[in-house]
Amino acid sequence: MSKFVSALNNEAYAGGIADVREIGLQGMITLRGDLSSAAVKSAATSVASLSMPEAGQASTDGQHGLCWMSPDELLVLCPHDAVAANLEKMGQSLGDAHALYVDVSDARAVFELSGPHAREVLAKLVPVDLSPAAFTSGMFRRSRMAQIPAAFWLHAPDTFRIVTFRSNAQYAFDLLKVAAQPGSEVGYF
Amino acid sequence: MSTRLATGGRLLNKSRALTFTFNGKSMKGFEGDTLASALLANDQMLVGRSFKYHRPRGIVASGAEEPNGLVNLGQGGRFEPNQRVTTTELFDGLTAKSQNHWPSLDFDVGALNSKMSRFMPAGFYYKTFMYPRPLWKHVYEPFIRKAAGLGAAPKDRDDDTYEHFYAFCDVLVIGGGVAGLQAAKAAADTGARVMLIEQTAHWGGRAPVDGGEVAGKSVDNFVDETVAALEAMENVTLRRRMMGAGVYDHGYVLGYERLTDHAPDAVGPRHRLWRIRAAQIVTATGAIERPLSFAGNDIPGVMLASAVRDYVTDFGVSPGDRTVVVTNNDNAYLTAIALKNAGLDVPAILDARVLPTDSALMAQAKSLGIRVLMGHGVSKVQGGKRVTGVAICSQAGEGSVLEEIACDVVAMSGGWSPVVHLWSHCGGKLVWDAGQAAFKPDVDKAPTGADGKPFVTAAGTASGALLLGDVLADADAAGKAAATAAGHAPAKGAAQAPDASHAPEAPMAPVWLMPQGAGIALRNKAWLDYQNDVKVSDVQLAAQEGFQSVEHAKRYTTLGMATDQGKLSNINGLAILSDSLNQPIPQTGTTTFRPPYTPISMGSIGGEARGDVFQPVRRTPMHAWHAENGAEWEPVGQWRRPYAYVRSGESSHDAVMRETKNARDNLGLLDASTLGKIIVRGPDAGKFLDMMYTNMMSTLKPGKCRYGLMCDENGFLIDDGVVARIDDDTWLCHTTTGGAERIHSHMEEWLQTEWWTWQVYVANVTEQYAQIAVVGPKARKALEHLGGMDVSAETMGFMDWADGTLGGFDVRVFRISFSGELSYEIAVKASQGQALWDALMAVGADLGVMPYGTECLHILRAEKGFIMIGDESDGTIIPQDLGLHWAISKKKEDFIGKRGQERSHMVDPTRWQLVGLETVDKSTLPDGAYAVAEGTNANGQRATEGRVTSTYHSPNLDRGIAMGLVLNGPDRMGEVLTFPGTDGKAYKAKIVSPVFYDPEGEKPNV
Repeated sequence: MSKFVSALNNEAYAGGIADVREIGLQGMITLRGDLSSAAVKSAATSVASLSMPEAGQASTDGQHGLCWMSPDELLVLCPHDAVAANLEKMGQSLGDAHALYVDVSDARAVFELSGPHAREVLAKLVPVDLSPAAFTSGMFRRSRMAQIPAAFWLHAPDTFRIVTFRSNAQYAFDLLKVAAQPGSEVGYF
Repeated sequence: MSTRLATGGRLLNKSRALTFTFNGKSMKGFEGDTLASALLANDQMLVGRSFKYHRPRGIVASGAEEPNGLVNLGQGGRFEPNQRVTTTELFDGLTAKSQNHWPSLDFDVGALNSKMSRFMPAGFYYKTFMYPRPLWKHVYEPFIRKAAGLGAAPKDRDDDTYEHFYAFCDVLVIGGGVAGLQAAKAAADTGARVMLIEQTAHWGGRAPVDGGEVAGKSVDNFVDETVAALEAMENVTLRRRMMGAGVYDHGYVLGYERLTDHAPDAVGPRHRLWRIRAAQIVTATGAIERPLSFAGNDIPGVMLASAVRDYVTDFGVSPGDRTVVVTNNDNAYLTAIALKNAGLDVPAILDARVLPTDSALMAQAKSLGIRVLMGHGVSKVQGGKRVTGVAICSQAGEGSVLEEIACDVVAMSGGWSPVVHLWSHCGGKLVWDAGQAAFKPDVDKAPTGADGKPFVTAAGTASGALLLGDVLADADAAGKAAATAAGHAPAKGAAQAPDASHAPEAPMAPVWLMPQGAGIALRNKAWLDYQNDVKVSDVQLAAQEGFQSVEHAKRYTTLGMATDQGKLSNINGLAILSDSLNQPIPQTGTTTFRPPYTPISMGSIGGEARGDVFQPVRRTPMHAWHAENGAEWEPVGQWRRPYAYVRSGESSHDAVMRETKNARDNLGLLDASTLGKIIVRGPDAGKFLDMMYTNMMSTLKPGKCRYGLMCDENGFLIDDGVVARIDDDTWLCHTTTGGAERIHSHMEEWLQTEWWTWQVYVANVTEQYAQIAVVGPKARKALEHLGGMDVSAETMGFMDWADGTLGGFDVRVFRISFSGELSYEIAVKASQGQALWDALMAVGADLGVMPYGTECLHILRAEKGFIMIGDESDGTIIPQDLGLHWAISKKKEDFIGKRGQERSHMVDPTRWQLVGLETVDKSTLPDGAYAVAEGTNANGQRATEGRVTSTYHSPNLDRGIAMGLVLNGPDRMGEVLTFPGTDGKAYKAKIVSPVFYDPEGEKPNV
């Protein structure tokens, strides 16, 4: 079996006011279904023993996570090499329930943006209130990052995880680099 | 002469001298200077020429309202035209050049226009250059364009960077004068999240210059203490050098922050455009002093009275030794007093009013020995490039000269206009304040948000309160009201505005023309708009010629249309217009206030979007390989696809020909990853796809593929692609490269808005897979070399698909063909795309493998008569036009587009139909060319009977081939059509079948 290579192969930038790196391969499963049904809940939690997220929230723990994407869609995070097994597990949990579950790991790129200025770097690119009071740990936001779609959450204090489409990975990385350029501290948060 | 005073200069750091150049001449200034104050300190009053008559222009104002002091600033990648000297902070090494003159500022040929001004009144261009019409395009317009314009266009790439920033707050206070400070404090005390922005580098606005006491101490003290208190509050953000540029719906505000304009060597972005969402906005934007309209009021040395005292107090600059003050209000007396206190001469104050008793300021002026002439005004100003004196007259008369007074500065004040721009941007209405002769915000008609409630509050001078005590009380109330509306009511017993005292002022008297009976000779020299050269006589002429609406008069005369957007001229202009129309000013109204308040840089609007991140470029997993192997790129949506892989010594055309032949003879590889892939799953998925596609998808068997067409509800073709059935409940739909997102949302829209009870989910998995088309007679061999799957004709027939392992990769193989060759498309996880590509290149080495690009793809499909969405279709084409009747189900009761395709125009037999076109001489038809018919159409144009939709040189057939839509085309096989080219040649082409190559379809059938 040939090696799997993420979009930017863990490229990183540390020359600015926040650090940027592509974190490499992250398993991701799109799960669509009735999020209140027992079958869908158990399919989601069979992969990660985390609580079902409320609207606009994500339950995450390391490489595992359940992220609320829309009223009938979750993004399930797991290690990249566990996706196939997890899809199988989910299928078993779902049984005959109407749902869609599909591997989207390779359709995405994931970035980490970290440092004391991470919030303001991201606030240059996304139309979201990122003040510490407004955007807190556990929130998950699908939005726009400059000219591309992006979703993000706080992985740790001052550390964002940002998901983009794989084809946009280079643009996203270059964009975060520009937004983190030296001397561009805002001092708003 | 203007010069630096030995003392004074509140804003200067005299221990740090700076050097700069103006028109190449080296000059000195101090840290804290604006370019305007530094120029005046160097006796440079003349700073430019006006737009139309090229009249000499001097500095008039001291702030954002300045109409004249515009310069070309900087050099090379830092060059920027039309920069206002009054808002440009001086820095060491600054270079500025004056604008709109030739050959020099002092001697300007264009100034001849001024001598001709009698013949160039309002509407001159419209009247003169209308006829004969062809001359407009070829003579008049090029000439006017050359003569007009202010600054030069930058020629180099901008050296600086820019960015945006998204901020959110409860209360945004715009303007950091005393009103803004008090409003921010009152709002912040409630606990609301407050942001206070100030366009200059200093807090306090004009209050420190104009004086007064707050809580028994100098107003400076109040400014310092309030700034310190706000800085200490965690819920407050203070930003200087940040202008409120525009107020938009739903509390959206653009803030324009100039980060390094004053320190160009600093690291980091130059401007930051703040995109602010505020629950409530307080506009504490102050007021602007109005000029007076008298003859010669544009001669350098005629300045606003407030600006004269700003230069003296803030910058320790004397605009001139002898200043005559002319006013209709008490406020301008402050200027006379400031000048006198600085040791300068004020020969007279000309006060247009006649007051029964002296006001406090008048008495103070008189006690300083200043001569005050009541009921007097300026008949005309004397001088050319600089004021030399004034001729004075009775304001009530027609301008007979009573006396001439020598002076080098005229300080004028026609009263104050609240800055209502930001209040008005989003629909705030104005009322006429007869006492101040000014428009001010109508508190009952504020801009309203989605809830119908006001979201903007004006504060202080901007709301019409002119005296210090009133300003603070008004601002305090505004801050509290805004915080309350944002959900933060002040606590009981919250602090009130501090008491303030200020010299009482006698009422002003409106003066719109000086003297009031001025004849045409004087009115013809009384300027309203300095930058665009609009005079009192021009507005009167416009009214006389029927331009009675203020918006029409503005456009006819160009009043207020310059870069300053009429900050000084609008009120004076509409007062003259009202007078001409014999109607009260409120009935005339104002022109519309539009953002931005002052021009903002194009760079700040673009933000980070330049260079590498100008726009997103979508890359497939093999993008880097393509780049390293000679790819010339073709943009397809945001994707970049290789157009061809050009080898050294080869032209693009050579490469395309080589790739096309090789795919037919040996083996070609195409990166097809960009094709859309949408999973459709659920018990109702088959029913759903039968509605989405024109043909039947529910009957497709698992393991099989079918080509499908999608139409919109009008019946027009919008997409095509191969659909594979994965299992009983799951289908995989391929879309065109640009179509994935569009078709995905098309599906979601129908599911969410029309068929929400159907059990179907869709997911766009386009980027999950790299997809590689392995094409050509040796395609099967290549896969067999990789090994792991049976891809023989027996096991995997045409339009079959199967999951399996090839060369150790988990793959899904589709046996489909868009080339007419034996062909497999292999999907693999994107993270293994490059590895599979490498493996295919390796096993293909002995088979003559070559990657091919989109142009080769096009030729291969055109040789086979396969249509391309976007070439054969353009939004007006139905499948029936393309001979695709076979792909439209007759059995289905309904599908999207069915009803549309039954409408009369869609079944019209004269709709042009798809055919092949074969040039008689084997040349290649020009793309998009039309076939001409006999006669003319209803517009008198040559009649046409067809057009080319795709055209290529086919290396496999060694001739030009094309497809086109032709009237009754399929019934006219063998007829020769004429296609005139833009090159003057007439191309002859025969109507043939669109399938040029392997018409029996034997090649893939192996």
